[in-house]
Amino acid sequence: MTVEERVAEAPSVRQPPTNAMPGRGGWWIQPNSVAIAFTLFILYSGWSVLFLSGHTTYGPYLSPFYSPHIPLNWPLSAAILVAWVPLGFRATCYYYRKAYYRAYFRDPPACAIGEPQHPHLFAGSYSGERKFPWVLNNFHRYFLYLALIVLGFLWWDTINAFHYGGTWYVGLGSLLMLANVILLTGYTFSCHALRHLVGGSVDCFSCAFAGRPRHGMYGLVSKINPYHPNFAWLSLASVAAVDIYIRLASYGAFGHCLGTHFGC
Amino acid sequence: MAVDYEIHDHDVLIIGAGGAGLRAAIQASNAGASVGVVTKSLLGKAHTVMAEGGMAASLGNVDPADNWKVHFADTMRSGKMINNWRMVELFAKDAPNQVYQLERWGALFDRTPEGKIMQRPFGAHTYRRLAHVGDRTGLELIRTLEDRSIHTGATVYMECIVTRLLKDGDHIAGAFGYFRDDGRFVLFRAKAIILASGGWGRMYKVTSNSWECTGDGVAMAYEAGAELRDTEMVQFHPTGMVWPPGVRGILVTEGVRGEGGLLKNSLGERFMEKYDPKKMELSSRDVVARSIYREVQEGRGSPHGGAFLDISYKPADFIRTKLPSMYEQFKVLADIDITKEPMQVAPTVHYAMGGVDVDGDTAATTVPGLYAAGEVASGLHGANRLGGNSLSDLVVFGTIAGQCAADHARGIASFPGIDDAQIRDEQEILLRPFESGGGENPYLIHQDLQDIMADHAGISRTGPGLEEGLAKLAALRERACRISIKGSRIFNPAWSMARDDLFMLTVAEAVIRAALARTESRGAHWRLDYPELDPEQGKVNYMVCKADGCMEVHAAPIPPMPPELQEVIEETS
Amino acid sequence: MPDETITFRVWRGDPSGGQEVEYRVPAVTGMVVLDAMHYIQAYLDGDLAVRWNCKAAKCGSCSAEINGFPKLMCKTRIDGLPADAPIHVHPMRSFPVIRDLVTDVSWNYRVNKEIAPFTPAEDDGEPWIMYQEDVQRLYEPRKCIECFLCQNTCHVLRNHDDFAGYYGPRYMVRYQYLAMHPKDILDRREALKQKAGIGYCNITKCCQEVCPEHIHITDNAIIPLKERVADEYYDPIRWAIRKLTGGERKPEESTTGPGIVETPK
Ligand SMILES: Cc1cc2nc3c(=O)[nH]c(=O)nc-3n(C[C@H](O)[C@H](O)[C@H](O)COP(=O)(O)OP(=O)(O)OC[C@H]3O[C@@H](n4cnc5c(N)ncnc54)[C@H](O)[C@@H]3O)c2cc1C
Ligand code: SF4
Ligand code: SF4
Ligand code: FES
Ligand code: FES
Repeated sequence: MTVEERVAEAPSVRQPPTNAMPGRGGWWIQPNSVAIAFTLFILYSGWSVLFLSGHTTYGPYLSPFYSPHIPLNWPLSAAILVAWVPLGFRATCYYYRKAYYRAYFRDPPACAIGEPQHPHLFAGSYSGERKFPWVLNNFHRYFLYLALIVLGFLWWDTINAFHYGGTWYVGLGSLLMLANVILLTGYTFSCHALRHLVGGSVDCFSCAFAGRPRHGMYGLVSKINPYHPNFAWLSLASVAAVDIYIRLASYGAFGHCLGTHFGC
Repeated sequence: MAVDYEIHDHDVLIIGAGGAGLRAAIQASNAGASVGVVTKSLLGKAHTVMAEGGMAASLGNVDPADNWKVHFADTMRSGKMINNWRMVELFAKDAPNQVYQLERWGALFDRTPEGKIMQRPFGAHTYRRLAHVGDRTGLELIRTLEDRSIHTGATVYMECIVTRLLKDGDHIAGAFGYFRDDGRFVLFRAKAIILASGGWGRMYKVTSNSWECTGDGVAMAYEAGAELRDTEMVQFHPTGMVWPPGVRGILVTEGVRGEGGLLKNSLGERFMEKYDPKKMELSSRDVVARSIYREVQEGRGSPHGGAFLDISYKPADFIRTKLPSMYEQFKVLADIDITKEPMQVAPTVHYAMGGVDVDGDTAATTVPGLYAAGEVASGLHGANRLGGNSLSDLVVFGTIAGQCAADHARGIASFPGIDDAQIRDEQEILLRPFESGGGENPYLIHQDLQDIMADHAGISRTGPGLEEGLAKLAALRERACRISIKGSRIFNPAWSMARDDLFMLTVAEAVIRAALARTESRGAHWRLDYPELDPEQGKVNYMVCKADGCMEVHAAPIPPMPPELQEVIEETS
Repeated sequence: MPDETITFRVWRGDPSGGQEVEYRVPAVTGMVVLDAMHYIQAYLDGDLAVRWNCKAAKCGSCSAEINGFPKLMCKTRIDGLPADAPIHVHPMRSFPVIRDLVTDVSWNYRVNKEIAPFTPAEDDGEPWIMYQEDVQRLYEPRKCIECFLCQNTCHVLRNHDDFAGYYGPRYMVRYQYLAMHPKDILDRREALKQKAGIGYCNITKCCQEVCPEHIHITDNAIIPLKERVADEYYDPIRWAIRKLTGGERKPEESTTGPGIVETPK
């Protein structure tokens, strides 16, 4: 007899899931903090990308939201031409999926905790990632490919940020940009889809084509993969921080001083 | 009238779903028999799952000089030559094939750099011989057999307890028991039965054994008229946990010593230098267990009454990959980081060398149609089991038992008849605790039994002590007749405890009686009043059987070893 | 700690219902929840139903929900739980109660039967050579002790009752082993997508959080398998390459399940 048959026969057999688990408290702290943090970031980045197309550069610095720099003359923000890539990359990221299913959709809010009986988005009942829109998350790898390109631009911007007025230059902004791009690299290279791409799909490294180097790369990605959530959060914070710093600098919040280099 | 019961028919009924039972199930099913497997627990939870260190087979992957002959001689010597040599021969020859067979069914062992199966050293094995997976080899074995056997067509009856073997005249006819989940009775009719029900460690308090090891199979076989053998031989594993109290007895795998762990006393001495300067920590289990016991007795024990076992001098990473579950076990249960500090260990009851006497070539017991394999059977290990020999025992003799039982069943046209009296009698025994107002608590009977066995039939024994134990057992049996329990038959652990008590009392008596009979010290059997090996008693096994309702012990001469095996022993010495 | 007692509230009941029953148990150094259940059995209530075998966290029998969190009773130390509050011990909620702390987990065994077993190619019978690099990642899924805590916690089963659609995390771990084994010749992707229902999992990682063996179920089993399924079903470029080059394909695991033998009952 299957569990369902049993349940159908005697509905009281299983104790229904509940979020009032005896002896358990505090489970709501995590999903709610995550929801608040995400919401703040989404509001800020949305606002920054859509409405604040001015003040995105300062000296050699370029806000990561606006990279690559596309000189365009249209009423909308140029950032939206590119911003969908990192947005899609993160939205389909295995870690963020976990975080937003838990924080926003309460599916589940925490482990072994009941779920609110809300109608599931776009589907009558829960269907996981089998139906639209969540089935699209399976295309994460394509966002990875694009994100790798964007990452290249960000490195280019960062290198440029160490170069100003025809000479090498180090400022707080360039250091921030460097930290940011390192975190983004960590985030991108600890991606599960990348792990699969470089070696995860191989069953027998000793028999496969280029098996040894692939095993090496797979090993490297596997080493940093457990830190993917950490990179996800840190790089989220650093992107916002760099953007805020450059804006503030460009509004003149730190005076007109680009660093010790200029002797001010 | 008997209370209602349901009936299942199988050509071959296997009692036990440990390594031996599942291996037998696969073999018997493949031989075309309809097979039923009964287990007290869920599938895959049998005691075998706890085995840690490895399974011994002379693959010769790391020490090419190894071969079946050396394995044969090691096993005979450590068994102090009272083993069934035919079993040892079959075993040593077949173990490597069985390891490779497991691999083809999906088992995954640790590998050498050349991609072969890795082998680790273990106490008293001449060469590095134990195929292993970290320190969870038993899990690998049972999971492999489980995943294989569920596709063979064998029917598994989970959480079903068999309490009586039924006979038709001399021949085995079936088994009776009940399902734990609702307490309904069940009769299995079978043309052949394989006992694979494991050992009896739980009659001791300090034991590494799991809940199931209550000697059911041995007691049932005894009641059914089978001969038991070597029951005095109870193995104390030298290294069990000692602290905190709740974990006392939980095993610390011999793999720790295999990977380089050192034994020290409270003075910091490597005391094995005194007892076995050649093999040191990797001496055989009886020797190491006695050495630790002596150190503690003589006042050089650790704070909690054991010895120190130290592997922390090895790199932390090495320890965590080679001994992951030991690392976890000490960290979680004892707050000890074994990569940084020594463990405290003391002997713990581990394995029953004795059991149901079987014929080596067929695994048949003295009751026609009844077979036995695994820890419940006896003969392979003699007076002391070598580490790692049990897991290979399970698969080698599981195979033999499965095949021979299926062959035997094929020769029988229809199911033997079963008279109702046997069934009624067993139901009476089972239901008595519900009806009796005797007031004895089955759990406390069990605890008292454990105390008796620890005090009188422990690692060191004396004639008077054993006699006293026997008397106490008789008194305890009286009390056990007055066990009463409350509640229903639905998953009632007190109910199964009540029957287990009876099984254990029977087996305990067999242990003590055989221990009294063997007036010498040999292997695991250590008599303080007869501290020496007696060559004359090295020529016999002590057999226990039921005669006129009473337990009788007699010495049975060991048949002489054929010259070719003699030679093997000589050429490897 | 001596002379102290600890209060336990143990759920007792059967399919028709039940409630918490309070017991006071003397504290012992290093004691685990299962020790307390044994004390209750021996001295307070002999018929308290508890499933256990090894008491060493090796067999996965003693799964329960302790203070609302799924855990092994034999691995949960009392001194790790809040000292001033009673300790609540409940059976697993995703499976039907048999009695007290014991639930009917037979559904899991039925699922296991539907998965095609390890299937190597016919060969010459020589011992296999498999290098450490090929099998390194396969040791982790083999650590599973089938405690079914992950099955109990997975919200697909626990909250949405999709027992018909999804095999649950324990069997994703099983599939990981089979799919990545260098000697297994079956293509498991269609089976994973169809009968095993890997798409139901939304990688929320609760299975990984409760696994007592610390198996990275989501990270190392489910996500890599999802990626393999994506190779086959959600990757237009790969699909095009496959169409163009043809290429040999492995035999597929049957999607209806191999010879299921009915369990008794
Ligand atoms: C901690 C530990 C570590 C070990 N490590 C090793 C090692 O490294 N190497 C090695 O070789 N050996 C080792 N051993 C020994 C070895 O594990 C056992 O001897 C072996 O597993 C016994 O297997 P078995 O198949 O005979 O029986 P078990 O695995 O004990 O199975 C018995 C089966 O019989 C069933 N059963 C019993 N009674 C009844 C009944 N009345 N009705 C129905 N069913 C019943 C049980 O439910 C169970 O399924 C170890 C033992 C322990 C305790
Ligand atoms: S990650 Fe998937 S399998 Fe694991 S608990 Fe969440 S939904 Fe279930
Ligand atoms: S994967 Fe972990 S939680 Fe799930 S059954 Fe196995 S051991 Fe238990
Ligand atoms: S970026 Fe998170 S998994 Fe790919
Ligand atoms: S009793 Fe075996 S895992 Fe807890």
